[in-house]
Amino acid sequence: MTLADDVRAGSRRAVREALNLVESERAADLAAAAELVDALAGSPREGARIVGLTGPPGVGKSTLAGALVRAWRGDGLTVGVVAVDPSSRRSGGAFLGDRARIDRPPGDDGVFVRSMAARDRLGGLAPGAFAGALVLRAAYDRVLVETVGVGQSETDVATVADATAVVVQPASGDVLQFIKAGLMELDGVLVVNKADLGAIARRSLRDLRVALGLLGRPEVPLVLASAHTGDGVDALARALDAARPGRPGPRAPAPRAARRARGRPRDRAPRHARHRRPRRARRRPRARHRAPRRRRP
Amino acid sequence: MTSRDKPDRPWLIRTYSGHSSAAASNALYRENLARGQTGLSVAFDLPTQTGYDADAPEALGEVGKVGVPIGALPDMETLFDGIPLSRMNTSMTINATAPWLLALYVAAAERQGADRRDLLGTTQNDLVKEFLSRGTYMLPPEASLRLQTDVIAFTVRELPKWNPVNVCSYHLQEAGATPVLEVSYALANALTLLDAVRAREDVDAALFPEVAGRISFFVNAGIRFVTEMVKLRVMGDLWDELLQDRYGVADPRLRRFRYGVQVNSLGLTEQQPENNVYRIALEMLGVVLSKRARARAVQLPAWNEALGLPRPWDQQWSLRLQQIMAFETDLLEHDDLFDGSSAVTALEEELAADVRREMAWIEAEGGVIAAVASGAMKERLVVANAERLARIERGEQKVVGVNCFEESAPSPLAGGDGGGADQILVVDAGAGAEQIARLEAHRVQRNKNDVAAALQALRDAAKSGASVMEPSIRAAHAGVTTGEWGAVMREVFGEYRAPTGLGAVVTTPDGSAPGGLEAARAAVRRASDALGRRLKLLVGKPGLDGHSNGAEQIAVRARDAGMEVVYEGIRLTPAQIALAAEEEGVHVVGLSILSGSHLELVPAVLAALRARDLADVPLVVGGIIPEADRPALLALGVARVFTPSDFDLNAIMTAIAEVAAASAAAA
Repeated sequence: MTLADDVRAGSRRAVREALNLVESERAADLAAAAELVDALAGSPREGARIVGLTGPPGVGKSTLAGALVRAWRGDGLTVGVVAVDPSSRRSGGAFLGDRARIDRPPGDDGVFVRSMAARDRLGGLAPGAFAGALVLRAAYDRVLVETVGVGQSETDVATVADATAVVVQPASGDVLQFIKAGLMELDGVLVVNKADLGAIARRSLRDLRVALGLLGRPEVPLVLASAHTGDGVDALARALDAARPGRPGPRAPAPRAARRARGRPRDRAPRHARHRRPRRARRRPRARHRAPRRRRP
Repeated sequence: MTSRDKPDRPWLIRTYSGHSSAAASNALYRENLARGQTGLSVAFDLPTQTGYDADAPEALGEVGKVGVPIGALPDMETLFDGIPLSRMNTSMTINATAPWLLALYVAAAERQGADRRDLLGTTQNDLVKEFLSRGTYMLPPEASLRLQTDVIAFTVRELPKWNPVNVCSYHLQEAGATPVLEVSYALANALTLLDAVRAREDVDAALFPEVAGRISFFVNAGIRFVTEMVKLRVMGDLWDELLQDRYGVADPRLRRFRYGVQVNSLGLTEQQPENNVYRIALEMLGVVLSKRARARAVQLPAWNEALGLPRPWDQQWSLRLQQIMAFETDLLEHDDLFDGSSAVTALEEELAADVRREMAWIEAEGGVIAAVASGAMKERLVVANAERLARIERGEQKVVGVNCFEESAPSPLAGGDGGGADQILVVDAGAGAEQIARLEAHRVQRNKNDVAAALQALRDAAKSGASVMEPSIRAAHAGVTTGEWGAVMREVFGEYRAPTGLGAVVTTPDGSAPGGLEAARAAVRRASDALGRRLKLLVGKPGLDGHSNGAEQIAVRARDAGMEVVYEGIRLTPAQIALAAEEEGVHVVGLSILSGSHLELVPAVLAALRARDLADVPLVVGGIIPEADRPALLALGVARVFTPSDFDLNAIMTAIAEVAAASAAAA
């Protein structure tokens, strides 16, 4: 049995080692990591989906991640999570604390949470996040990729995810930010979190609906949820399962997002994304796909 | 008016104590009362404080460690055997399970034939400081507030002499709070409670001033005793002002700031521990010197608390200090010595202004409950503590014997080998097993139907919003256990994990970095190169002990040294720690243990790591670990042991990096 076979068989030890391998920056590990990711990218677990979770800092992504994991587990699905936290610019160190928000019954091995630091990719996903999501997709029914929530992470995560939940906070001005950032192009679900805020949350929902209509994307699902009370979380899980990548429909041009995408330094594992999402992948500089820049930590 | 002929009455002289078992603690209490102690201060063990039975997996290694285990009513009766509760003043350091322990106390008193209305004492019953510092919370903030006010409303009606809540600033200072933070957080906390009580329908509005008058405080006093004295005078003035302006409490007696104190343990040192005797005496001055702001009750730590649990003789030594201060000196013969001092007044005005600003900030954060839930208040404490430690490391804050005047002649107090084993109380290793045996025997002899009915009544009350107090007393009489009571509360209100507050701590700037951070960073870089990715550390806090500042400061410095740090907060089981180590692919696991349970918890964590195929991940352990236990821990396979004498955080980081690099080389 190869490591890829063991991952596919759901061995937690194999998943741990595979994630360690794809996170490794040692030159000697590169070939093995690329081979592993290629093997796993082509053979996802049946019915498995990668779901992105993004939105500005402080919007309650971690708590919502915990609520989503509970909802999926309640449906009998196994869940892998890649939680990305920012790195300190000065020391390179990082706090990785999001797993504390995901509670589960003692002895429940149906969840696997790997936290990753964004390292030198300020504002983006962690270098191993793409590959890590593909590893987990081979072993778990749902893979949640939670981003830092600043910079390019919102658009980064869409390249690997089958559907993305974009979380905004009521009455925060996020709506405008969001349109400006070109996020409206994402395939996925818009979530207004903190529905426990009541009328304010409902008004934000209406504003978003109007904005989506103006952008010619009235089909984008909108969900009002509260990670705090759990309301709307099941509806979010269902909407994410229903969302399909590459769905046809008019798109507003998003020059900033495209510019950002061109400027991104490197992607660990976009080859599968190129297969599955040709329109996006064409924007990316091919030459860098398999040549991640090595930098000492 | 005080005069030399008729001196003031001294404060209530207490010693915080309790350990091993109800019977052993009862013997200790009787001894202390015979020695002239005038009240009891009960320390409960951590399972009792967090609502677990002695045989729960969470209770492993914690039974009888930091206090007395109370599993059910028979334990409470044993604890006060021969001590008439109708005449005793009992302070109970109990918070999350305060409704339950008060119910057991009332039930025990009723069995003694006492009248509820005669019961005199205090339940600490302050959950905000548990979320911010001490960590023995059980339920989410809103549910905790509700149970706190259940206790208050009950005592207003039934126990008119009881102090239902002791708002604690003590633990905030232990967590690193500056005087401004300590005063403002405590006052804001008290106002939150009073607002919640005022909103209850079962509290007669006419009784509200009495409720306000019953709120007492539990404060801390550090070595800067002039500052501390000023702090307490300001706290008293502000409390008086707030009760008058915010609630219209007209009677000045009900607006009086009443507080008990335990002087600072944070500043006690493991190095040259005999110096702590002076520190304790000086810290006491801050709370007794000024008559206008004098403590109502004082308990002092023992000289060797940084080493472990004090023995009866150590506690007696601290008790004697109080007696000398009260009975030998002329302190109690004089009026306030500081009223009218321009220097003191100026300090008071400055502090009061800062406190008002800080309280306005809490208000702007949405109030105490919101600022606890969001982690905003916790973040400020973690930052303040990081700054305090950095000042000590840089030598700006002098600590004699630690960062200056370190040389010492051999100490006759330190025992032959200089180790700590013969200087501290060693809790009988059989205490846990004996308590479990008592609990099992108790479960067998009680009436199952009574227990089930009592638990159902408790559940119904908790769900409906009715007070849990009378159903809890009924449950106590029926023989319900502490773990069963806790399980019902968890079932109805849910478990809770408080924010760690780490995110807000900014990286120590290079220019002002404490010495040695660069060396630690270099060591982390070397280890990361050897490992193939950046050194990833899991900081774990196993067991029920919630004193998290040690773990937090390790996590902060590890990040600043360049590590990627996984920290999930307090009270993790060994299985949860091993699970996190597996999923996160960490290179080193570090445990922080302060409760004295390291000899039980470390083997349990090692076994859990082995069960997940992680035997090759090195484990390091730090905390209040006596020197004498180091060989045992190393023999178990622990890679490094850090004791309280390892105060140099950068050196700890370098050591952790070396452990990681060595494991990379071995792999």
